[in-house]
Parts: sequence; structure tokens; C-alpha cells
Amino acid sequence: MIEIKDIHKSFGDNDVLKGISGKFEPGITNLIIGGSGSGKTTLLKCMIGLHHPEKGNVEYDGRDFTQLNTEERIEIRKEIGMLFQGSALFDSMTVEENIMFPLNMFTDQSRSEKLDRVNFCLERVNLEGKNKLFPAELSGGMKKRVGIARAIAMNPKYLFCDEPNSGLDPKTSIVIDELIKEITEEYNTTTIVVTHDMNSVMGIGDYIMFLHQGKKFWEGSNKEIAKTDIEELNDFVFASRFMKAAKDKF
Amino acid sequence: MNFTNFGRYILLLRAAFKRPEKTKIYMKAIFQQMNFIGVGSLGLISIISTFIGAVMTLQIAFQLVSDFIPKTIIGSVNRDSSILELSPTISAIVLAGKIGSAISSEIGTMRVSEQIDALEIMGINAPGYLILPKIIAGITMVPVLVIISMVLSITGGYLGGTLSGAVAPAEYIQGITTDFNPFTIAVALVKAFVFGFIITSVPAYEGFYVKGGALEVAQASTRAVVVSCISILACDYIVTQLML
Repeated sequence: MIEIKDIHKSFGDNDVLKGISGKFEPGITNLIIGGSGSGKTTLLKCMIGLHHPEKGNVEYDGRDFTQLNTEERIEIRKEIGMLFQGSALFDSMTVEENIMFPLNMFTDQSRSEKLDRVNFCLERVNLEGKNKLFPAELSGGMKKRVGIARAIAMNPKYLFCDEPNSGLDPKTSIVIDELIKEITEEYNTTTIVVTHDMNSVMGIGDYIMFLHQGKKFWEGSNKEIAKTDIEELNDFVFASRFMKAAKDKF
Repeated sequence: MNFTNFGRYILLLRAAFKRPEKTKIYMKAIFQQMNFIGVGSLGLISIISTFIGAVMTLQIAFQLVSDFIPKTIIGSVNRDSSILELSPTISAIVLAGKIGSAISSEIGTMRVSEQIDALEIMGINAPGYLILPKIIAGITMVPVLVIISMVLSITGGYLGGTLSGAVAPAEYIQGITTDFNPFTIAVALVKAFVFGFIITSVPAYEGFYVKGGALEVAQASTRAVVVSCISILACDYIVTQLML
């Protein structure tokens, strides 16, 4: 479980996060949603230590990440898998080398053991046999799937996904969403997905935290979000005509 | 580079010199970088050194037109100039352009495409993994390149001088073998070591802290070359002052 307590973060005079607290349970898909500039990516970066919050705590199963020294943080980071918005695959490495990279760095497994693990991860994301391709040879959806394969290579306890559907067609988005949900349930990971994709919200949002102007405005599930009367949330979720029509019908 | 940047540069180097997570992987990266810096620059350094040596001989011969000055001096001046100044400094400035821009743009692109963030999230010391192998390759391969440059510059001087008739082969050889002080080689190697460090660490710093996109990566690359060249010239003066 990951718990955040009263997170504050600002850049110069711009207060991006104004005291956000919440709990993210394992085995369910936790979503952080909000409009552009609402602070969701900043919150994610504070949670994984790429930004340092001015105030507040981030606890990984009771271990306060903000109070740990560098070595202790590295130990927690070995338990984290991350899917970046742009996939962040290493350009100079093949798919196989990308997935094998954390295994090479942190395990003493033999090459055949590591290769088995790589093939298992590739199979898990439906990319069998793509070992020798370079990231430049992959489509956007394939890059995301390789990103997921790399993220799960070390059997992470915590999985973070930053805008996993950005730039993907609706069909591929659903494939990625379902993959994230399956992995979360299968390995009981604490999964946090930052998104503003409404299909993801409705499809996999077991727990949803809505951020607005740097504050937590609402929390609940995808079933509850459709019934809410909060104006700011409705303006965000049902911004499109299609979603508005769907809600009226509902 | 102002004081804030210098402070960040020192902190980055401190992070880069932390104990590697896995020595075997770092060793592989070091050999790859040695290949890139050393073997990859050999052709360019060879051509530049040979021509500079040849031109030096012709210019020395042109300037020392006097019956009171023996022609053997052409070889001596060319030898000392090549060893002490031209080979280390010109090679370093050329390498700053070739290698420095490549290092800065490689690391800068990794920064803007979140690859460095990915390394850090995995628990890998990104400065160590990305910068340390480059610095080690720089401080080992630049001295090797400088030694090759010295030999080719003196050889180029021989070819240029004898083919043009500016100096007889025997006079040139007598010149380069007379009053040779081996300490000049030591001075040149110290310079090469320092320059190798600058050529790799300064561009790595510029690339590591890039913010933005393609334009900022290009600007960092240009800045890396400019700062490296100025640092090379400043350190050239300091090392010369201290050792000679």
C-alpha cells in the first residue's frame, strides 16, 4: 500500500500541489485524474522521488520515502516499476536488452534465466519474438507494451503508469488498460495510473482520485463517478458530447 | 560556467564517482566508450596531426631564413612545438568538437526523453552509469591519441619539409634527435589527461541538466563545446605554468 500525507509542491510562486493526502491499495487499479496543469504528474513524480515535496510524506508499506537516505531509497526503487508517457525505452538497446537491463543490474541470474524472464514478460504483453527489434522499429502501442514488460521484469510491488494511453488509438488504449489491470490483479501490485483518458476511468478505475487546482477534489470508484453532482468533476469527466449523452442515458 | 553551475558540476562528478552497482556492466560500457573515443577519433587525429606537422615545418623554414641558424633547428622546433603544445591542445580542441558534442547530445536526448528518469526509477545511479565510463575512457584514450598525434606530427613535418625541399632529411632527423628532453612528453601526457577529463565531463554535465526539447539539446551541445574549449585553453596555461 502507498499512502501520501499532505503533499505540498511548488515551482517558484506557482503552488502546484496544495496538501494532497490519500491511500492507494494493492490489487486494484488506482487512478489519478485531472485536467492539464492540475498537478497529477507532479504528484506522481513526488511519489517516486523525481520531485521533492516541500511538505508531506510518501509511505511505501509504512516506509517513509521522504525521510530515507539515498541507499534506502534505491532499495525501494528496486521494488518500483514505471511506465513512462513516452515509454522511455533505451534507444541504443534492443527490446530484449531493454527488458534485461534491470535484471543485469540487480540480479545474479544466468543469461538463460534472464532470457527466460524476458521471454515471459514479452509473452505477457503479447510481443513474443520481438526480442531483437530496436525501439525505433516499434509502433507507439508496442513501445508502451515493451515499457510494461520492462516495468514488470523485476516483479515490482508498486507499478506507476504516467499517461499510458497518450497518443494511442482507442483499441490499443483498451489493450494497454486491460494489461495493466490484469498485471495488478495477478501480482497484487499497488498500481497507480495517471490519466485523463475517460475510457480508462470508466474501464479500470477501481479507485479514482480527482485533482483540481492542486487539491484532491473527489475520490471514489468508476461506478460512483457517473453519479456525482460535483460541478468541477462533471465538467471534466463529461466534457465531450458523447460522454454527456452517455450520462443522460445512464 | 558561473559558480552555481560549477557547484552543480562538482556534485554531479561526486555522484558519478560513487561505487558502481555492477562492475561487469560498467567495464563493458568503458570499453564501448574507449572504442568510440579512441578508435573512432583515430582517423581525424591522424589527418590533422600530419598536416599540422607539415605546415609547421614549412612555416619554421620560412621564418628562419638566415645563414647563422642551422637548418637542424627546424626539426627541433617542430618536435618541441608538437609535443608540448600542438598535439595535446589541437587534438583536445578537435576532440571537444567531435566527442563533446556527441556526449552532450546523447545524454541530453536521454534526459528529455525520460530515459535518465527511467534509470533513476530503477534504482540505478544515472550519473555513474552514464558519465563515469565516458570519463575513464577519456582520461585513458586521449593520452593515447596525443602520443599518436605527436608521432604523426613529427612525421608530417619530415614529409612536408623534405618533399618541399625546405629541409634535408638528414638535417631534420638530426634536429629532432638533438637535445631531446623526455620531460616534455610527461608535460604533454599530463595535459592530455586533464583535457581528456574536461572533454568528457563538461559535455556530460551540460547534457545531464538539459530541460526542454530538441532546441535545448542542440544549445547544450554548442555550450558544451564552447565551455570545453575555453576550459582546455585555461588548463593548458595552468599546467604549462606549473610544470615548465
